[in-house]
Amino acid sequence: MGGSMGVWGTEPPLMRMRGITKRFPGVLANDHVDLGVQAGQVHALLGENGAGKTTLMNVLSGLYRADEGEITIRGQRANLQSPRDAIALGIGMVHQHFMLVEPQTVAENVILGLKTPRFFLDMARIENRIAEFSRQYGLQVDPRARIWQLSVGEQQRVEILKMLYRGVDILIMDEPTAVLTPQEVEELFVTLRRMASEGKAVIFISHKLGEVMAISDQITVLRDGRVMATVGTGQTTKGELARMMVGREVLFQVEKTSVEPGEVVLEVRNLRAFNDKGLSALKDVSFTIRQGEILGIAGVAGNGQRELAEVVTGLRKTTEGGVFIAGCDLTNCSPRRVIREQVSHVPGDRLGMGLVPNLAVSDNVILKSYRDPPLAKGPFLDRPSIARFAARLIEAFSIATPSQQTPVKLLSGGNLQRTILAREISVGPKLMVAVHPTRGLDIGATESVRNLLLKQREEGAAIFLISEDLDELLSISDRIAVMYEGEIMGVVSAEEADIGEIGLMMAGTEVQNPKLKL
Amino acid sequence: MRLIIEKRLEYSRLIAFLVPIASVFLALLAGAVLLALAGANPWTTYKAMAVGAFGGKYNVSETMVKAIPLMLCGLGVSVAFRMLFWNIGAEGQLAVGGIAASGVALFWADRLPAPLLLPTMVVAGFLGGALWGLIPALLKAHLRVNEIITTLMMNYIAILWVEHLFYGPWKDPQGYGFPGTAQFPKAAWLPRLPGTRFHLGMAFAVVVALFIWIVLRRTKWGYEIRVIGENPRAANYAGINIVRNIVLVMVLSGGLAGLAGMSEVAGISHRLQKGLTVGYGYTAIIVAWLGKLNPWGVLVVAILLAGLLVGGDQIQITMQLPAAVALVLQGAILFFVLGGSLFTQYRIRLERRTGSSPHPNPPPTSGGGRSTARERGGIGGMEG
Repeated sequence: MGGSMGVWGTEPPLMRMRGITKRFPGVLANDHVDLGVQAGQVHALLGENGAGKTTLMNVLSGLYRADEGEITIRGQRANLQSPRDAIALGIGMVHQHFMLVEPQTVAENVILGLKTPRFFLDMARIENRIAEFSRQYGLQVDPRARIWQLSVGEQQRVEILKMLYRGVDILIMDEPTAVLTPQEVEELFVTLRRMASEGKAVIFISHKLGEVMAISDQITVLRDGRVMATVGTGQTTKGELARMMVGREVLFQVEKTSVEPGEVVLEVRNLRAFNDKGLSALKDVSFTIRQGEILGIAGVAGNGQRELAEVVTGLRKTTEGGVFIAGCDLTNCSPRRVIREQVSHVPGDRLGMGLVPNLAVSDNVILKSYRDPPLAKGPFLDRPSIARFAARLIEAFSIATPSQQTPVKLLSGGNLQRTILAREISVGPKLMVAVHPTRGLDIGATESVRNLLLKQREEGAAIFLISEDLDELLSISDRIAVMYEGEIMGVVSAEEADIGEIGLMMAGTEVQNPKLKL
Repeated sequence: MRLIIEKRLEYSRLIAFLVPIASVFLALLAGAVLLALAGANPWTTYKAMAVGAFGGKYNVSETMVKAIPLMLCGLGVSVAFRMLFWNIGAEGQLAVGGIAASGVALFWADRLPAPLLLPTMVVAGFLGGALWGLIPALLKAHLRVNEIITTLMMNYIAILWVEHLFYGPWKDPQGYGFPGTAQFPKAAWLPRLPGTRFHLGMAFAVVVALFIWIVLRRTKWGYEIRVIGENPRAANYAGINIVRNIVLVMVLSGGLAGLAGMSEVAGISHRLQKGLTVGYGYTAIIVAWLGKLNPWGVLVVAILLAGLLVGGDQIQITMQLPAAVALVLQGAILFFVLGGSLFTQYRIRLERRTGSSPHPNPPPTSGGGRSTARERGGIGGMEG
C-alpha cells in the first residue's frame, strides 16, 4: 500500500485489494493494483478511458477474476467467482448501462433474481420496503412505476435501490453522472454522502475532475492499469490530478477563433416527430444555424436530441414542419438526398451506425463517396484509387491502424471516431451534424476531435453539435439550445451562458428571461 | 474441473481451414458408428460410396448432374444470405423456373427459330424463378413480412403447380396416362457430353459463380450488398437504398434457382414431370452455408454433397443399404461442421475449480459498444 494509506492508522479498511493483476490479450488492464476503501467514505477512482478503472471494479464485483492478487473484505480473504458471491459479501455495482427490464415496475425490477420470496409475492410489502429506502436515502421514485416511464436519472435511482435492497455496503458507481443533469448530479451526491455517513463505502468511478473533487474523501488515480497515487481529496488540486491522470500538462481550453457567421445553412421549422416507440419525441422545434457557427444542443439523453439529428439527416420522418438546407426544402427526403447536399453526420452510435465493424478501414472511409468518381468507374469500384484515398485520410487524420485492410472493429475508440470524422470531413460538408462526438474518448482524442470540429467551423461549415458534456458545449459552441422532452427550452449565447440556468432548463424548468439569442 | 468457453484471441486462417476438415472427419466417424449398428462394415461402405460417386466416367458425370442444380441454387441463396435475406424458397423458385422453361419449349417451339429456343428458355427460367423470389421480396421490403415464412410457403404453391400442370392441362395426350408433359423438341435440349447425362448447365454455374464473384468484389452493387449484410443501420445511414437492394438481390437469387429448374428440364428430363423438385433447393441452403457464401466455395461443396448423394444411391445397389444412409451422413456432416464452426471463434479450456486462473472471461474487443455488451452479459449472470 502507498504511504498515504498510512493515515488511516489502526482502522482496517472495509475492502482491500492487493496486487491485483488482470491481463487481456495484448493488454495489461490492471498491473499490481493496490486499493483500500474505508467504511464511511466516498472513494473516487479517477483515470482516463482505458486506464483500467472499470476492469478493476469488475474484478471486485465478481464479473472478472484477477490473474493475480487478493481481495479482503472486513479482513477476510474473499473468493469472488461470480457477481452472486460479491453480492453475498455486500459488494454491488451500478453499471454505466442500466440492467433494467423496461416493461416491469420498479419493485419487480428490484426483486428480480432474488431467491426470496420463493412462492408468494407480497408486492405491497416489497413496495413499502423500497419506499422506506427511498425516503432514507433521498432516492425519489415510485415503486409502482414502470421503468420505461422513468427518466434516466430515476432509472439510476432504481439501480441504487436494487443494491440497497440486497444489503450492499460497498457500492460501486461506474461513471454515474454521465447521464444526469447538473441538478440530478447534486441529488445523487446527497444520496451517496448519506450512504457514506451510515458507514457504507462508495466507490465512485469517474474521469471528471470537478465531480471527483466535489464528492470524494479519497482519490486513487489510475493510469495505464497502474495506481499513480492515492490522496486525500483535501490535499490535492485539479491540476495535480490531471497531471497524474494524463501524464502531462493538460490545457483545459481549446483555441477558438472568432468567425463571423455567414448565410443560414440549416433551418428547421416547427418540427414534430415520433420516437421508435411511437411517442412524441419532437414538439415544435425551430432553429437556424449559419456558416461558421456551432449550435450546441444541451440536454439529458433521451429528450429528443437523437431524433432531431435523425430528422435533419433524413433518417427519420417528420410529421409536421420542415427542414431546409442551404435554401433547399429537404423535409422528409431520403438520407441519400441529404448526403448529396453535403450534409455530413457523425452519429452517436459509432459501431452500430457510423461504421461497418467487419469491413476494412478502406471500405469504411468510402461509405459516403463510393458512388462517384474517382472512387467508382461506372458500376465498378476503382480499387487503386480507393487505396490512395484511404491512405490519404489515414495519414491526414492520424488514424492508427495496422493497415487499410484491418477490420475497423479492431481499432480503439479514438481511432474509430477519427475514421468517421475523416470520412465525414472528406465530403467537404456544408453542414455537419455531430452527435456525442467525444463520448467515451480519452483527453487526447477529445482534444483532437474538438479541434477538428473547430477547424470545420473556420472553413465555413455550419455545425450542429449534440453533446451531454456541458463543458464541451460551453467551450466550442457559439450558441447553446437546451432541449427537454422534445422542446427547445431556450437558446443562449455560449459566452454569456450561465451553467445554472442551462441546468434548470435541462430539467424542464422555464427560465424567466434566459439570455435568449435566436 | 470445469469447462470454460472463451473467445479466441485472434482469428487464425489455419484453424479456419482445419476445423471444417476435422468436423467432416468426425462426422464420418459418427456415421461409421451408425453404419456398424446397422450391420454394415463402415470402411467398405465408405469406399463403395466414394467409388460410386467418383470412381469412373459414368459416376463422375452422374455426380455432376446432381451438382449442377445444387450449384445454381446454392449460388442463388448465398447471394440472398449475404444480405441477411433468408431465402429458403429456392425449391419453389426452381420449380417455377422449370415451368416457365417448359412452357417455352412446349408451346413456342414452332414459333421461334430453333437456335433461339434454348436462349429463350434460359431467360424464361430465370424470369420465372425471379418472379417467385420477387413476391416475398416485395412483401418484406414494403410490409416487413418475414421472408422465411413466405419463401417457404411459396415452395408448396410452386411444387403443387408443377404437379397440377403435368397431371392436368400440360399432360402428354400420347403419354398412356404417364404423368408428364410431352417430350420437348430436340432444339430445346441442352447439349450433353457424349455418352453421359453431363450437360451444359455446368457452364451456366461456372459463369454465374464468376459473375457473382466479380459483383461482390468489384462493383458498387456488391459493396452495397456487403454493407447491408454486415450492418443494415450503417447502410441506411450511408443512403443505400435497402428496399431496392432487397428486390434486386431476390430477383437474382430466385432467377438463379429458376435457371437450375430450366437446366433440369432442358438438360435431364426433357419434359416437365415428377422428379423436378427433389429437394435441391433445400440442400442448396446447406451448400451455401458450408461454402461460406463464397461462390467458389459453393461450387466445391455442391460437388461434394452431390457425390454424397450419388454415392448413397450406389450403396443401395452394391451394399443393399438404404439410400437414406447418405442423407444421415449429410445431416451428420452439416451438424458437425456448423457445430465445429464454434471452434473457429472460441476455444475451450479446462479449469480447476479453485484458485485463480488466467482470464476466464472473453477478452475485450476494441470499441466501447462491445464492452458494454459484455457487461450486460455478465450482470445477466448475476440476476439469473
